[in-house]
Amino acid sequence: MAETMQFDLVSPERSLMSAQVKSVQIPGADGDMTAMPNHAPLITTLRPGVLRVETDKGIEEFVVTGGFAELGEGLSVLAERAVPKADVDQAAYEAMVDEAHAAYKQTKETFKNEPGPVDDAAKLLADMVAVGTHIGLSTKQPSL
Amino acid sequence: MPNLKDLKNRIASVKSTRKITKAMQMVAAAKLRRAQDAAEMARPYTERFNAVMGALAASVGDSDSAPKLLSGTGKDDVHLLVVMTAERGLCGGFNANIAKLAKQKALELKAKGKTVKILTVGKKGREAMKRDFGNLSVGHIDMSDVKRVGYVDAQGIAKEILGRFDAGEFDVATIFYAKFVNVVSQVPTAQQVIPASFDAPAESTAEASTLYDYEPDEEAILADLLPRGVATQIFAALLENGASEQGARMSAMDNATRNAGEMIDKLTIEYNRSRQAVITNELIEIISGAEAL
Repeated sequence: MAETMQFDLVSPERSLMSAQVKSVQIPGADGDMTAMPNHAPLITTLRPGVLRVETDKGIEEFVVTGGFAELGEGLSVLAERAVPKADVDQAAYEAMVDEAHAAYKQTKETFKNEPGPVDDAAKLLADMVAVGTHIGLSTKQPSL
Repeated sequence: MPNLKDLKNRIASVKSTRKITKAMQMVAAAKLRRAQDAAEMARPYTERFNAVMGALAASVGDSDSAPKLLSGTGKDDVHLLVVMTAERGLCGGFNANIAKLAKQKALELKAKGKTVKILTVGKKGREAMKRDFGNLSVGHIDMSDVKRVGYVDAQGIAKEILGRFDAGEFDVATIFYAKFVNVVSQVPTAQQVIPASFDAPAESTAEASTLYDYEPDEEAILADLLPRGVATQIFAALLENGASEQGARMSAMDNATRNAGEMIDKLTIEYNRSRQAVITNELIEIISGAEAL
């Protein structure tokens, strides 16, 4: 049997998954990474993306909108919002994109002369849009 | 002597009051269970979040580049009090206790010559604070449309607070809410959210800070997480508040039901006494009438 580690996925509202897993693919802010048992301790922030969890029983996928992951003895992912991939349909996805778009617009208005926060919000929006292709929904391209 | 009809009406009216309070108590009990479950579900997130933040905060420490949300603005002249209460009354001293604590704090700060600003969440808190500190109020967040408190609501409140912080409107923010201990006891609590303070156990932070790799670097993570920390704390407070409100309402309604029961007993005795008196009177009249013949 392959080596496993404890994995917890929690959102502020509830705990979504707690199980022994073989590996987890995390959408890190600086790029995707795969966490396997005995990984070096690490803390990373998440970008919107798909979390792929590999267990003995198969693969489970969640769509996360942001948060962070703590990799120590086991892996805990603290997602701002996490939804099982199967539950995300076109409407839910579009709502998420709209939300990111609204946030982007607002940031653009508040920080007219500072590119930093605006770029961050734009990246968040682009990531959110990209999630659509990952989960096989038709992408919604907001007008910038 | 009150007449029989009046007494009967009175008993009927107290009985229907009792029915209402009993129903409210039962509704509160059901809601309390749900609120407690929600608070329970949120606990793992909050605990882990605080542990990680504690480790991060310890490793970034008091360096000059530490974000303002952590280190503060370097002053503490303007205080923002965020008073979180319920939207509805009929829950014992719940709203009043929170408002009282906030008022105390406001007076204390004013006595020290600080500027106080008040942001209220929940209608009852606004009403209570308006009476004494109406001129200090800088805003109000309405929660009456919120059926079930979600993280989104907490984010909304956090955004409002952070926006004001970024605009330099205040230096220190404190939230006021009631901590749920059990059904009969809810403790009004003040908690400072800006600058952030994380009470992670000292030894584990020291250990953790040497262990972890950070990606991106610590400060970027911290800058990303601190605003979330505010939202998380507010969310936890909202949930505690929700459970406390229902607990307070439950015990208040329990009391009301019991009082109504006692009142009904008393009125029933009075009713029976007067009924008997009326009968006795009638008998005396009949007997004395018969004797006179």
